[in-house]
Amino acid sequence: MAWIDNLSAAQQFVFLSLLKVVGAIAVVLPIVAYAVYAERKISAAVQDRIGPNRVGWFGLLQPLADGVKSFLKEDFVPAHVRKVYFWLAPAIVMIPSLVTLAVIPFGPTVGTRKLVIADLNVGILYTLGIVSLGVYGIVLAGYASNSKYPFMGGIRSSAQMISYEIAMGLSVIPVFLLVGDLNLSSVVGYQSHGLLSWLVFKQPVAFAIFLGAAFAETNRLPFDLPEAEQELAGGYNVEYSSMKFALFFMGEYANMVASSAMMVTLFFGGWTLPFFGLDQPSVSLSVGILHILIFLGKVVGLLGFFIWVRWMWPRFRYDQLMALGWKRFVPIALANILITAVWLWANK
Amino acid sequence: MERLYLPAAIAGIKVTLRHFFMRKVTMQYPEERWVVPEGYRGAPYLVKDQEGRTKCVSCQLCEFVCPPKAIRITPPGPQPNPTVGNVEKIPAEFNINMLRCIFCGLCQEVCPEEAIFLMKDYSLVGVARKDMIYNKEKLLSLGGTHNDQIHKWKRKADEAREQGLKV
Repeated sequence: MAWIDNLSAAQQFVFLSLLKVVGAIAVVLPIVAYAVYAERKISAAVQDRIGPNRVGWFGLLQPLADGVKSFLKEDFVPAHVRKVYFWLAPAIVMIPSLVTLAVIPFGPTVGTRKLVIADLNVGILYTLGIVSLGVYGIVLAGYASNSKYPFMGGIRSSAQMISYEIAMGLSVIPVFLLVGDLNLSSVVGYQSHGLLSWLVFKQPVAFAIFLGAAFAETNRLPFDLPEAEQELAGGYNVEYSSMKFALFFMGEYANMVASSAMMVTLFFGGWTLPFFGLDQPSVSLSVGILHILIFLGKVVGLLGFFIWVRWMWPRFRYDQLMALGWKRFVPIALANILITAVWLWANK
Repeated sequence: MERLYLPAAIAGIKVTLRHFFMRKVTMQYPEERWVVPEGYRGAPYLVKDQEGRTKCVSCQLCEFVCPPKAIRITPPGPQPNPTVGNVEKIPAEFNINMLRCIFCGLCQEVCPEEAIFLMKDYSLVGVARKDMIYNKEKLLSLGGTHNDQIHKWKRKADEAREQGLKV
Protein backbone atom coordinates (compact mmCIF):
# COMPACT_ATOMS: atom_id res chain seq x y z
CA MET A 1 0.00 0.00 0.00
CA ALA A 2 3.02 2.29 -0.18
CA TRP A 3 2.14 3.60 -3.61
CA ILE A 4 -0.96 5.22 -2.12
CA ASP A 5 1.26 7.43 0.00
CA ASN A 6 3.29 8.38 -3.04
CA LEU A 7 0.37 10.17 -4.63
CA SER A 8 -0.31 13.76 -3.76
CA ALA A 9 -2.86 14.59 -1.12
CA ALA A 10 -5.55 15.54 -3.61
CA GLN A 11 -5.09 12.37 -5.62
CA GLN A 12 -5.15 10.32 -2.44
CA PHE A 13 -8.40 11.95 -1.48
CA VAL A 14 -9.99 11.25 -4.85
CA PHE A 15 -8.78 7.66 -4.89
CA LEU A 16 -9.99 6.90 -1.39
CA SER A 17 -13.31 8.59 -1.99
CA LEU A 18 -13.84 6.56 -5.12
CA LEU A 19 -12.98 3.45 -3.17
CA LYS A 20 -15.48 4.33 -0.48
CA VAL A 21 -18.20 5.18 -2.99
CA VAL A 22 -17.74 1.93 -4.85
CA GLY A 23 -17.61 0.04 -1.58
CA ALA A 24 -20.77 1.68 -0.26
CA ILE A 25 -22.75 1.01 -3.41
CA ALA A 26 -21.41 -2.51 -3.69
CA VAL A 27 -22.64 -3.21 -0.19
CA VAL A 28 -25.95 -1.34 -0.36
CA LEU A 29 -27.25 -2.75 -3.63
CA PRO A 30 -26.98 -6.39 -2.55
CA ILE A 31 -28.56 -5.41 0.76
CA VAL A 32 -31.43 -3.90 -1.22
CA ALA A 33 -31.82 -7.03 -3.32
CA TYR A 34 -31.73 -9.26 -0.27
CA ALA A 35 -34.09 -6.95 1.59
CA VAL A 36 -36.69 -7.91 -0.99
CA TYR A 37 -35.88 -11.55 -0.36
CA ALA A 38 -36.01 -11.02 3.41
CA GLU A 39 -39.35 -9.29 3.06
CA ARG A 40 -40.78 -12.24 1.19
CA LYS A 41 -39.44 -14.72 3.71
CA ILE A 42 -40.48 -12.77 6.79
CA SER A 43 -43.93 -11.98 5.45
CA ALA A 44 -44.32 -15.65 4.58
CA ALA A 45 -43.29 -16.75 8.07
CA VAL A 46 -45.74 -14.37 9.68
CA GLN A 47 -48.48 -15.69 7.39
CA ASP A 48 -47.80 -19.37 8.19
CA ARG A 49 -46.17 -20.16 4.88
CA ILE A 50 -42.65 -20.62 3.53
CA GLY A 51 -41.35 -17.94 1.21
CA PRO A 52 -39.23 -18.59 -1.87
CA ASN A 53 -37.28 -21.80 -1.36
CA ARG A 54 -36.71 -23.21 -4.84
CA VAL A 55 -33.96 -21.07 -6.37
CA GLY A 56 -30.75 -22.15 -4.69
CA TRP A 57 -30.28 -23.07 -1.05
CA PHE A 58 -33.32 -21.79 0.85
CA GLY A 59 -34.19 -19.59 -2.09
CA LEU A 60 -31.15 -17.40 -1.56
CA LEU A 61 -30.61 -16.94 -5.28
CA GLN A 62 -34.12 -15.58 -5.69
CA PRO A 63 -32.96 -11.95 -6.11
CA LEU A 64 -30.80 -13.15 -8.99
CA ALA A 65 -33.83 -14.72 -10.62
CA ASP A 66 -35.79 -11.52 -10.04
CA GLY A 67 -33.03 -9.49 -11.64
CA VAL A 68 -32.95 -11.73 -14.69
CA LYS A 69 -36.72 -11.48 -14.95
CA SER A 70 -36.59 -7.68 -14.78
CA PHE A 71 -34.11 -7.52 -17.59
CA LEU A 72 -35.91 -9.92 -19.85
CA LYS A 73 -39.46 -8.71 -19.37
CA GLU A 74 -41.06 -6.53 -22.00
CA ASP A 75 -40.56 -2.88 -21.10
CA PHE A 76 -43.95 -1.64 -22.09
CA VAL A 77 -44.50 2.12 -22.41
CA PRO A 78 -48.20 2.99 -22.68
CA ALA A 79 -49.16 5.39 -25.42
CA HIS A 80 -50.65 8.09 -23.24
CA VAL A 81 -47.71 8.87 -21.00
CA ARG A 82 -45.50 11.91 -21.09
CA LYS A 83 -42.41 10.25 -22.41
CA VAL A 84 -39.57 12.32 -20.98
CA TYR A 85 -40.86 12.33 -17.42
CA PHE A 86 -41.92 8.72 -17.64
CA TRP A 87 -38.37 7.68 -18.39
CA LEU A 88 -36.83 10.07 -15.87
CA ALA A 89 -39.01 9.29 -12.88
CA PRO A 90 -37.51 5.95 -11.79
CA ALA A 91 -34.01 7.37 -11.90
CA ILE A 92 -35.05 10.37 -9.85
CA VAL A 93 -36.53 8.03 -7.26
CA MET A 94 -33.39 5.95 -6.98
CA ILE A 95 -30.82 8.74 -6.82
CA PRO A 96 -31.63 10.47 -3.47
CA SER A 97 -31.72 7.16 -1.64
CA LEU A 98 -28.20 6.33 -2.70
CA VAL A 99 -26.87 9.85 -2.31
CA THR A 100 -28.00 10.03 1.33
CA LEU A 101 -25.39 7.42 2.14
CA ALA A 102 -22.60 9.88 1.48
CA VAL A 103 -22.62 11.42 4.94
CA ILE A 104 -23.21 8.35 7.04
CA PRO A 105 -20.16 7.16 8.96
CA PHE A 106 -19.72 3.44 8.45
CA GLY A 107 -16.86 3.21 10.83
CA PRO A 108 -14.35 5.15 12.83
CA THR A 109 -11.24 6.84 11.67
CA VAL A 110 -8.92 3.99 10.80
CA GLY A 111 -5.48 5.39 11.34
CA THR A 112 -5.77 8.65 9.44
CA ARG A 113 -8.43 7.57 7.00
CA LYS A 114 -12.04 8.28 7.69
CA LEU A 115 -14.69 5.71 6.89
CA VAL A 116 -17.30 8.17 5.75
CA ILE A 117 -17.57 9.28 2.16
CA ALA A 118 -18.11 12.96 2.89
CA ASP A 119 -17.38 14.18 6.37
CA LEU A 120 -19.58 17.23 6.10
CA ASN A 121 -19.84 19.55 9.05
CA VAL A 122 -23.52 20.02 8.29
CA GLY A 123 -24.26 16.36 7.74
CA ILE A 124 -27.86 16.31 8.86
CA LEU A 125 -28.78 19.36 6.82
CA TYR A 126 -27.50 17.63 3.72
CA THR A 127 -29.58 14.59 4.55
CA LEU A 128 -32.77 16.53 5.09
CA GLY A 129 -32.24 18.34 1.82
CA ILE A 130 -31.70 15.17 -0.13
CA VAL A 131 -34.72 13.51 1.45
CA SER A 132 -36.82 16.42 0.21
CA LEU A 133 -35.64 15.62 -3.30
CA GLY A 134 -37.12 12.19 -2.96
CA VAL A 135 -40.59 13.64 -3.37
CA TYR A 136 -39.92 14.67 -6.95
CA GLY A 137 -39.50 11.20 -8.34
CA ILE A 138 -42.84 9.96 -7.11
CA VAL A 139 -44.70 13.08 -8.10
CA LEU A 140 -43.15 12.86 -11.55
CA ALA A 141 -44.14 9.21 -11.83
CA GLY A 142 -47.69 10.00 -10.87
CA TYR A 143 -47.91 12.95 -13.24
CA ALA A 144 -46.22 11.28 -16.17
CA SER A 145 -48.37 8.20 -16.05
CA ASN A 146 -51.34 10.27 -17.11
CA SER A 147 -53.92 7.99 -15.55
CA LYS A 148 -56.20 7.99 -12.51
CA TYR A 149 -54.60 5.72 -9.98
CA PRO A 150 -50.99 6.79 -10.41
CA PHE A 151 -52.06 10.40 -10.27
CA MET A 152 -53.89 9.93 -6.99
CA GLY A 153 -50.98 7.94 -5.66
CA GLY A 154 -48.51 10.62 -6.65
CA ILE A 155 -50.55 13.43 -5.12
CA ARG A 156 -51.10 11.61 -1.86
CA SER A 157 -47.51 10.56 -1.68
CA SER A 158 -46.15 14.04 -2.24
CA ALA A 159 -48.44 15.53 0.41
CA GLN A 160 -47.50 12.80 2.85
CA MET A 161 -43.79 13.08 2.25
CA ILE A 162 -43.71 16.85 2.55
CA SER A 163 -45.66 16.78 5.82
CA TYR A 164 -43.47 14.19 7.43
CA GLU A 165 -40.26 15.85 6.35
CA ILE A 166 -41.13 18.67 8.68
CA ALA A 167 -41.76 16.27 11.53
CA MET A 168 -38.51 14.48 10.74
CA GLY A 169 -36.47 17.65 10.69
CA LEU A 170 -37.97 18.96 13.90
CA SER A 171 -37.60 15.68 15.72
CA VAL A 172 -33.83 15.43 15.29
CA ILE A 173 -33.09 18.92 16.54
CA PRO A 174 -32.95 17.82 20.21
CA VAL A 175 -30.37 15.21 19.19
CA PHE A 176 -28.11 17.90 17.86
CA LEU A 177 -28.80 20.12 20.82
CA LEU A 178 -27.42 17.39 23.02
CA VAL A 179 -24.45 16.61 20.79
CA GLY A 180 -23.61 20.19 20.09
CA ASP A 181 -22.38 19.58 16.57
CA LEU A 182 -24.10 18.82 13.25
CA ASN A 183 -21.32 16.50 12.09
CA LEU A 184 -22.58 12.93 12.05
CA SER A 185 -19.25 11.50 13.14
CA SER A 186 -19.49 13.61 16.31
CA VAL A 187 -22.96 12.21 16.91
CA VAL A 188 -21.48 8.73 16.85
CA GLY A 189 -18.64 9.87 19.05
CA TYR A 190 -21.12 11.26 21.58
CA GLN A 191 -22.76 7.85 21.83
CA SER A 192 -19.60 5.90 22.39
CA HIS A 193 -19.57 6.00 26.18
CA GLY A 194 -21.51 2.88 27.04
CA LEU A 195 -24.96 1.54 26.32
CA LEU A 196 -26.92 4.22 28.12
CA SER A 197 -25.30 7.02 26.18
CA TRP A 198 -27.09 5.85 23.07
CA LEU A 199 -29.42 8.63 22.03
CA VAL A 200 -32.40 6.32 21.80
CA PHE A 201 -32.38 6.19 25.60
CA LYS A 202 -31.72 9.87 26.07
CA GLN A 203 -34.27 11.10 23.54
CA PRO A 204 -36.94 8.43 23.20
CA VAL A 205 -39.58 10.88 22.03
CA ALA A 206 -37.31 12.11 19.27
CA PHE A 207 -36.65 8.53 18.27
CA ALA A 208 -40.35 7.67 18.17
CA ILE A 209 -41.20 10.64 16.00
CA PHE A 210 -38.24 10.06 13.73
CA LEU A 211 -39.24 6.42 13.37
CA GLY A 212 -42.78 7.35 12.41
CA ALA A 213 -41.55 10.00 10.01
CA ALA A 214 -39.10 7.54 8.46
CA PHE A 215 -41.94 5.11 7.81
CA ALA A 216 -43.88 7.89 6.17
CA GLU A 217 -40.95 9.12 4.11
CA THR A 218 -40.25 5.72 2.64
CA ASN A 219 -43.94 5.17 1.83
CA ARG A 220 -43.92 2.11 3.94
CA LEU A 221 -46.75 0.66 5.99
CA PRO A 222 -48.48 1.84 8.10
CA PHE A 223 -48.24 4.86 5.82
CA ASP A 224 -48.21 3.25 2.42
CA LEU A 225 -51.39 4.70 1.03
CA PRO A 226 -49.68 5.94 -2.16
CA GLU A 227 -48.95 2.43 -3.24
CA ALA A 228 -51.61 0.49 -1.44
CA GLU A 229 -52.68 -2.41 -3.47
CA GLN A 230 -56.20 -2.46 -2.18
CA GLU A 231 -56.89 1.23 -2.41
CA LEU A 232 -54.95 2.32 -5.41
CA ALA A 233 -54.15 -0.81 -7.38
CA GLY A 234 -50.48 -0.13 -6.93
CA GLY A 235 -50.45 3.63 -6.98
CA TYR A 236 -47.76 5.50 -8.79
CA ASN A 237 -45.97 2.48 -10.18
CA VAL A 238 -48.93 0.92 -11.91
CA GLU A 239 -47.97 1.93 -15.45
CA TYR A 240 -44.39 0.78 -15.15
CA SER A 241 -43.04 -2.59 -16.14
CA SER A 242 -39.82 -4.56 -15.91
CA MET A 243 -36.70 -2.50 -15.36
CA LYS A 244 -38.40 0.77 -14.49
CA PHE A 245 -40.63 -0.96 -12.00
CA ALA A 246 -37.63 -2.76 -10.60
CA LEU A 247 -35.92 0.60 -10.19
CA PHE A 248 -38.91 1.97 -8.26
CA PHE A 249 -38.95 -1.06 -6.08
CA MET A 250 -35.23 -0.92 -5.48
CA GLY A 251 -35.46 2.80 -4.85
CA GLU A 252 -38.04 2.20 -2.16
CA TYR A 253 -35.87 -0.38 -0.46
CA ALA A 254 -32.75 1.75 -0.87
CA ASN A 255 -34.68 4.52 0.83
CA MET A 256 -35.44 2.12 3.64
CA VAL A 257 -31.78 1.20 3.92
CA ALA A 258 -30.78 4.87 3.96
CA SER A 259 -33.36 5.67 6.66
CA SER A 260 -32.22 2.72 8.74
CA ALA A 261 -28.62 3.80 8.39
CA MET A 262 -29.62 7.30 9.47
CA MET A 263 -31.46 5.98 12.49
CA VAL A 264 -28.58 3.76 13.48
CA THR A 265 -26.19 6.69 13.26
CA LEU A 266 -28.35 9.12 15.15
CA PHE A 267 -29.92 6.95 17.79
CA PHE A 268 -28.27 3.59 18.07
CA GLY A 269 -24.64 4.52 18.28
CA GLY A 270 -23.54 4.04 14.68
CA TRP A 271 -20.61 1.67 14.48
CA THR A 272 -19.95 1.43 18.22
CA LEU A 273 -20.73 -1.46 20.46
CA PRO A 274 -20.62 -0.83 24.20
CA PHE A 275 -18.68 -4.03 24.94
CA PHE A 276 -15.11 -5.09 24.27
CA GLY A 277 -13.86 -1.52 23.97
CA LEU A 278 -15.37 -1.33 20.54
CA ASP A 279 -16.53 2.18 21.07
CA GLN A 280 -13.17 3.78 20.42
CA PRO A 281 -11.70 4.62 17.06
CA SER A 282 -9.70 1.69 15.87
CA VAL A 283 -6.06 1.52 14.92
CA SER A 284 -6.02 -1.57 12.78
CA LEU A 285 -7.85 -2.44 9.59
CA SER A 286 -9.43 -5.59 10.98
CA VAL A 287 -11.06 -3.77 13.86
CA GLY A 288 -12.21 -1.17 11.38
CA ILE A 289 -13.88 -3.88 9.35
CA LEU A 290 -15.44 -5.23 12.53
CA HIS A 291 -16.89 -1.78 13.15
CA ILE A 292 -18.36 -1.74 9.66
CA LEU A 293 -19.89 -5.14 10.27
CA ILE A 294 -21.41 -3.93 13.53
CA PHE A 295 -22.92 -0.99 11.69
CA LEU A 296 -24.32 -3.27 8.99
CA GLY A 297 -25.72 -5.60 11.62
CA LYS A 298 -27.65 -2.80 13.24
CA VAL A 299 -28.93 -1.58 9.87
CA VAL A 300 -30.09 -5.08 9.02
CA GLY A 301 -31.84 -5.32 12.37
CA LEU A 302 -33.72 -2.10 11.73
CA LEU A 303 -34.59 -3.26 8.23
CA GLY A 304 -36.09 -6.37 9.75
CA PHE A 305 -38.16 -4.12 11.98
CA PHE A 306 -39.38 -2.13 8.96
CA ILE A 307 -40.41 -5.35 7.25
CA TRP A 308 -42.03 -6.76 10.37
CA VAL A 309 -44.13 -3.65 10.91
CA ARG A 310 -45.46 -3.87 7.38
CA TRP A 311 -47.08 -7.20 8.07
CA MET A 312 -48.20 -6.35 11.56
CA TRP A 313 -50.15 -3.10 11.63
CA PRO A 314 -53.03 -1.86 9.50
CA ARG A 315 -52.78 1.07 7.20
CA PHE A 316 -53.62 4.64 8.13
CA ARG A 317 -56.43 6.35 6.33
CA TYR A 318 -55.32 9.44 4.46
CA ASP A 319 -56.93 11.99 6.77
CA GLN A 320 -55.63 10.11 9.80
CA LEU A 321 -52.20 10.17 8.24
CA MET A 322 -52.21 13.92 7.66
CA ALA A 323 -53.68 14.59 11.08
CA LEU A 324 -50.95 12.50 12.66
CA GLY A 325 -48.24 14.37 10.81
CA TRP A 326 -49.40 17.89 11.39
CA LYS A 327 -51.48 17.79 14.52
CA ARG A 328 -49.51 15.33 16.60
CA PHE A 329 -45.94 14.89 15.43
CA VAL A 330 -45.11 18.53 14.81
CA PRO A 331 -46.38 19.88 18.17
CA ILE A 332 -44.79 17.02 20.08
CA ALA A 333 -41.48 17.56 18.28
CA LEU A 334 -41.62 21.28 19.03
CA ALA A 335 -42.39 20.60 22.67
CA ASN A 336 -39.49 18.17 22.78
CA ILE A 337 -37.12 20.80 21.41
CA LEU A 338 -38.31 23.28 24.00
CA ILE A 339 -37.95 20.87 26.87
CA THR A 340 -34.51 19.73 25.79
CA ALA A 341 -33.32 23.29 25.35
CA VAL A 342 -34.63 24.33 28.75
CA TRP A 343 -33.07 21.29 30.42
CA LEU A 344 -29.71 21.98 28.79
CA TRP A 345 -29.79 25.60 29.77
CA ALA A 346 -30.71 24.75 33.32
CA ASN A 347 -27.87 22.24 33.60
CA LYS A 348 -25.19 24.33 31.98
CA MET B 1 -54.51 4.94 26.61
CA GLU B 2 -56.60 2.91 24.27
CA ARG B 3 -57.13 5.87 21.96
CA LEU B 4 -53.43 5.84 21.26
CA TYR B 5 -53.94 2.36 19.81
CA LEU B 6 -51.17 0.99 21.99
CA PRO B 7 -53.06 -2.14 23.09
CA ALA B 8 -53.84 -2.84 19.47
CA ALA B 9 -50.23 -2.35 18.46
CA ILE B 10 -48.99 -4.69 21.18
CA ALA B 11 -51.60 -7.27 20.20
CA GLY B 12 -50.25 -7.03 16.68
CA ILE B 13 -46.72 -7.68 17.92
CA LYS B 14 -47.86 -10.75 19.85
CA VAL B 15 -49.83 -12.21 16.96
CA THR B 16 -47.07 -11.80 14.41
CA LEU B 17 -44.43 -13.20 16.72
CA ARG B 18 -46.57 -16.21 17.49
CA HIS B 19 -47.20 -16.90 13.83
CA PHE B 20 -43.55 -16.39 12.96
CA PHE B 21 -42.63 -19.41 15.04
CA MET B 22 -45.63 -21.60 14.24
CA ARG B 23 -45.43 -24.61 11.95
CA LYS B 24 -45.97 -23.57 8.34
CA VAL B 25 -48.75 -25.07 6.27
CA THR B 26 -46.95 -24.99 2.95
CA MET B 27 -46.71 -28.29 1.08
CA GLN B 28 -43.60 -28.73 -1.09
CA TYR B 29 -45.59 -29.52 -4.19
CA PRO B 30 -43.80 -31.77 -6.61
CA GLU B 31 -42.22 -33.77 -3.82
CA GLU B 32 -45.24 -33.98 -1.55
CA ARG B 33 -48.65 -34.38 -3.12
CA TRP B 34 -52.01 -34.06 -1.52
CA VAL B 35 -54.48 -36.93 -1.31
CA VAL B 36 -57.20 -36.50 -3.94
CA PRO B 37 -60.56 -37.00 -2.21
CA GLU B 38 -63.28 -39.26 -3.58
CA GLY B 39 -65.69 -37.51 -5.88
CA TYR B 40 -62.99 -35.08 -7.01
CA ARG B 41 -63.80 -33.62 -10.42
CA GLY B 42 -60.59 -34.19 -12.36
CA ALA B 43 -60.23 -34.91 -16.08
CA PRO B 44 -63.06 -36.88 -17.80
CA TYR B 45 -62.15 -40.31 -19.21
CA LEU B 46 -64.04 -43.14 -20.94
CA VAL B 47 -64.31 -46.51 -19.21
CA LYS B 48 -64.59 -50.17 -20.21
CA ASP B 49 -66.56 -52.76 -18.28
CA GLN B 50 -65.20 -56.01 -16.87
CA GLU B 51 -65.45 -57.86 -20.17
CA GLY B 52 -63.42 -55.20 -21.91
CA ARG B 53 -66.34 -53.63 -23.79
CA THR B 54 -66.37 -49.88 -24.29
CA LYS B 55 -69.46 -48.73 -22.48
CA CYS B 56 -70.09 -45.60 -24.57
CA VAL B 57 -72.96 -45.95 -27.09
CA SER B 58 -72.59 -42.61 -28.94
CA CYS B 59 -75.86 -41.21 -27.62
CA GLN B 60 -74.14 -37.78 -27.76
CA LEU B 61 -75.92 -36.57 -24.65
CA CYS B 62 -72.62 -35.50 -23.11
CA GLU B 63 -71.73 -33.56 -26.24
CA PHE B 64 -75.06 -31.81 -26.01
CA VAL B 65 -74.84 -30.91 -22.34
CA CYS B 66 -71.16 -29.86 -22.25
CA PRO B 67 -71.15 -26.09 -21.51
CA PRO B 68 -67.96 -25.12 -23.39
CA LYS B 69 -68.55 -27.76 -26.12
CA ALA B 70 -65.32 -29.57 -25.32
CA ILE B 71 -66.61 -33.02 -26.43
CA ARG B 72 -66.89 -33.90 -30.13
CA ILE B 73 -68.37 -37.29 -31.05
CA THR B 74 -68.58 -38.92 -34.46
CA PRO B 75 -71.11 -41.76 -34.28
CA PRO B 76 -70.52 -44.86 -36.39
CA GLY B 77 -72.37 -45.30 -39.69
CA PRO B 78 -75.34 -47.61 -40.29
CA GLN B 79 -73.15 -50.70 -40.95
CA PRO B 80 -72.84 -52.80 -37.79
CA ASN B 81 -69.35 -53.04 -36.41
CA PRO B 82 -68.42 -56.74 -36.49
CA THR B 83 -65.84 -56.54 -33.70
CA VAL B 84 -68.17 -55.50 -30.92
CA GLY B 85 -70.42 -57.81 -28.97
CA ASN B 86 -73.93 -56.55 -28.50
CA VAL B 87 -73.02 -53.02 -27.52
CA GLU B 88 -74.50 -51.27 -30.48
CA LYS B 89 -72.90 -47.99 -31.30
CA ILE B 90 -69.31 -47.52 -30.19
CA PRO B 91 -68.35 -44.04 -31.40
CA ALA B 92 -66.15 -43.82 -34.46
CA GLU B 93 -64.35 -40.85 -32.91
CA PHE B 94 -64.62 -39.32 -29.46
CA ASN B 95 -62.53 -36.20 -28.77
CA ILE B 96 -62.42 -34.17 -25.61
CA ASN B 97 -60.50 -30.88 -25.80
CA MET B 98 -58.97 -30.72 -22.33
CA LEU B 99 -58.23 -27.02 -22.79
CA ARG B 100 -61.93 -26.28 -23.13
CA CYS B 101 -63.14 -28.67 -20.49
CA ILE B 102 -64.29 -26.85 -17.38
CA PHE B 103 -64.47 -30.02 -15.26
CA CYS B 104 -68.08 -29.37 -14.33
CA GLY B 105 -69.09 -33.05 -14.34
CA LEU B 106 -72.29 -32.56 -16.34
CA CYS B 107 -71.20 -35.20 -18.89
CA GLN B 108 -70.78 -37.74 -16.07
CA GLU B 109 -74.19 -36.79 -14.63
CA VAL B 110 -76.05 -37.06 -17.92
CA CYS B 111 -74.49 -40.27 -19.34
CA PRO B 112 -77.11 -43.07 -19.30
CA GLU B 113 -74.51 -45.83 -19.67
CA GLU B 114 -72.07 -44.79 -16.94
CA ALA B 115 -69.45 -44.57 -19.66
CA ILE B 116 -67.67 -41.32 -18.85
CA PHE B 117 -66.30 -40.43 -15.43
CA LEU B 118 -64.36 -37.51 -14.02
CA MET B 119 -61.28 -39.07 -12.51
CA LYS B 120 -58.50 -37.84 -10.30
CA ASP B 121 -56.09 -36.23 -12.79
CA TYR B 122 -55.68 -32.53 -12.05
CA SER B 123 -52.46 -31.54 -13.77
CA LEU B 124 -52.69 -32.05 -17.51
CA VAL B 125 -49.62 -31.02 -19.46
CA GLY B 126 -48.91 -30.66 -23.15
CA VAL B 127 -46.60 -28.69 -25.41
CA ALA B 128 -49.05 -27.94 -28.21
CA ARG B 129 -52.77 -27.28 -28.37
CA LYS B 130 -53.19 -30.29 -30.64
CA ASP B 131 -51.75 -32.54 -27.95
CA MET B 132 -54.44 -31.49 -25.53
CA ILE B 133 -57.31 -32.83 -27.64
CA TYR B 134 -57.57 -36.36 -26.25
CA ASN B 135 -59.01 -38.92 -28.68
CA LYS B 136 -60.90 -42.14 -28.01
CA GLU B 137 -57.87 -44.37 -27.57
CA LYS B 138 -56.22 -42.05 -25.10
CA LEU B 139 -59.40 -41.52 -23.12
CA LEU B 140 -60.08 -45.23 -22.93
CA SER B 141 -56.56 -46.06 -21.90
CA LEU B 142 -56.60 -43.45 -19.16
CA GLY B 143 -60.05 -44.43 -17.97
CA GLY B 144 -59.43 -48.01 -17.02
CA THR B 145 -62.10 -50.48 -16.02
CA HIS B 146 -65.34 -49.61 -14.30
CA ASN B 147 -66.65 -52.05 -11.78
CA ASP B 148 -70.08 -52.53 -13.26
CA GLN B 149 -72.66 -53.99 -10.90
CA ILE B 150 -75.58 -53.80 -13.29
CA HIS B 151 -74.17 -55.85 -16.23
CA LYS B 152 -76.87 -54.38 -18.50
CA TRP B 153 -75.53 -55.62 -21.79
CA LYS B 154 -74.69 -59.10 -20.51
CA ARG B 155 -78.29 -59.52 -19.43
CA LYS B 156 -79.49 -58.23 -22.76
CA ALA B 157 -77.13 -60.61 -24.56
CA ASP B 158 -78.47 -63.51 -22.48
CA GLU B 159 -82.06 -62.50 -23.32
CA ALA B 160 -81.22 -62.26 -27.01
CA ARG B 161 -79.64 -65.72 -26.96
CA GLU B 162 -82.71 -67.14 -25.19
CA GLN B 163 -84.88 -65.67 -27.89
CA GLY B 164 -82.67 -67.28 -30.49
CA LEU B 165 -81.34 -64.03 -31.99
CA LYS B 166 -77.85 -63.83 -33.33
CA VAL B 167 -75.60 -62.20 -30.75
